[in-house]
Amino acid sequence: MTTLSAPRGTSTLEPPRAVEVPPGRRWYALRRQLVPWLFLVPGLGLAMLFKFGPMLEGIRMSFYKVQPFLGDQWLGLGNYATIVGDPRFIDALRHTLVLAVGTTLGALVLGGLLALLMEGTSRRLWFVRTAVFLPVVTAVAVVAEVWRIILFPTETGFANQVLGALGLPAQQFLSDPSSALLWVMVVGIWTAAPYNMVIILAGLVGIDRALYEAAAVDGITTRQRLRYIVLPALRPAISVVLTLAAIRALRIFTEVYVLTGGGPAGSTEVWMTRTFSLGFDANNLGVASAASVLLLLATLLLTVVARTLTRRKEA
Amino acid sequence: MSTVDDKLLARAGRRQADSRFDSALGWQPGFRASNVLRFVLCAVVLAIFALPFVLVLSGAFDAQTDSTALRLIPAAPSLLPLETAVAQGVLGYFANSLVIVGGGLVIQIAVAILVSYALARHRFKGQAFVMLLFLMTMMLPEEIIAIPLSQVIGDVAGTGISLRGTPWGVILPVAVWGFSILVMTEFMKEIPLEIEEAARLDGVGELRMLWSIILPLCKPVLGVATIFGFMMIWDQYLLPLIAADSPDDYTLTVALSLLRSDARVGAGVLLVGALLALLPSLIIYLTMQRSLIRGIASGATKG
Repeated sequence: MTTLSAPRGTSTLEPPRAVEVPPGRRWYALRRQLVPWLFLVPGLGLAMLFKFGPMLEGIRMSFYKVQPFLGDQWLGLGNYATIVGDPRFIDALRHTLVLAVGTTLGALVLGGLLALLMEGTSRRLWFVRTAVFLPVVTAVAVVAEVWRIILFPTETGFANQVLGALGLPAQQFLSDPSSALLWVMVVGIWTAAPYNMVIILAGLVGIDRALYEAAAVDGITTRQRLRYIVLPALRPAISVVLTLAAIRALRIFTEVYVLTGGGPAGSTEVWMTRTFSLGFDANNLGVASAASVLLLLATLLLTVVARTLTRRKEA
Repeated sequence: MSTVDDKLLARAGRRQADSRFDSALGWQPGFRASNVLRFVLCAVVLAIFALPFVLVLSGAFDAQTDSTALRLIPAAPSLLPLETAVAQGVLGYFANSLVIVGGGLVIQIAVAILVSYALARHRFKGQAFVMLLFLMTMMLPEEIIAIPLSQVIGDVAGTGISLRGTPWGVILPVAVWGFSILVMTEFMKEIPLEIEEAARLDGVGELRMLWSIILPLCKPVLGVATIFGFMMIWDQYLLPLIAADSPDDYTLTVALSLLRSDARVGAGVLLVGALLALLPSLIIYLTMQRSLIRGIASGATKG
């Protein structure tokens, strides 16, 4: 989110750089070097145990056929070859990308529209904004369980009753292999759009009103105002939204796992649900680790690309 | 949303006459066609985003057996779903969740404070590398390292200690979170050095410096770290799933899948569970809204 900052400006408390350091000052300088590490120990220790340790172990396992009691067997890139040759993984990749692009763009557009609609000072708007933001603070699993019931494919399901009241035919929603992915996407957009709304709202509030006044003097239309003033001003906010959402979307798991479990007929299987079922149901730890490593590489790549793109825009 | 409101209010006060310059679309007060449209659109938006929560509330107190027909108002109001859910152990799952979120949050924030104090208020060799390490933990969420992490939870660093089935199996892996370390470090860097120097001249040691000089100034960022940390831990799904030894160890969010259907009250049991899982989020959100919006907006402007 934020770029790494350079070391802080020099303080008057810095030890002098002279060569002749009196013994007392040398001890002082050593202590100054040592003290920060004491504060870092808990964090570094936990990070090694539960983040980097597992990461390295995952990379190791991805090159082996993992067999708990028989001893691991070196496979080289065999696990990776298995993934590339597995049509279910290829399908999962396709579904993940479709979901990522669809959810990200959908939530961006809807979040932008919500922000434009609800920009204002009145108490009533504040109330609506507070209510609209609820999906963001709700745990994903809760959202997914509730939508699973709302989208129940029977005539009496709530969504179908609403459709019926509007004179539309009943839908199968998550039970229809041809539409299930779309409905997972709809739930994803419903969850993410209010978050984007707040980011874009913050961007809108930051726009200098003098620009609007000057533009009004020039006789500009509302559409031109949006195109030439609002959109350029929102560019940083939008790039943040896109970066965060794209990285998060690649590892989507809970929504899909709860809503459909990857079904029906594998039509909503994503990278992480496939990895999960391989690793924990089929106990094929080598291939599952290789899939995790690929996901990590994709995330790293996307982060670096996003950061360079953002930085270039700033320059 | 309150900080946004404050700015807007200040602006509105300055320029009452030119309300059409107060929003990107130029909304103006008064009874006019655009405002009728706006009212209708807001109502639709409210229905789409808030209605599911009303359905949960209504369904949690509805004894009808049709498992799918949600209503805005209970068809047969009763406490039966609640009683059934309690009989199915929903309070135990809720207790698991509270223990994990409480312990996890305390440790996560304590770790972030210590690390940020070292990174923001000291200069030492390898500082940039350490910061990079903590930033990298953001790229190693539970999903990506789930497979090996599950083995680590069963046997921590080859010591034979197993955290499986204990709250520690969830608490310790969420204890280091790059996000809270990042926002806290950024904030602590802004504290003027003069404050620290004055205290040092009075002979204040490192621990007292952190506890009674730096930390009291960090209240705003502690709010941000608390609400985001709460949401992050409450949202955990895969981690409690793989750290559990038996379904009794599940957190409430994971256990919802066990409550999906009940012969007597249908989806009611699940909705009681969902309502219970919603309550802490709602309380935290409504009391700490300002911190939440501040956190989101600062992420947006920093880029």
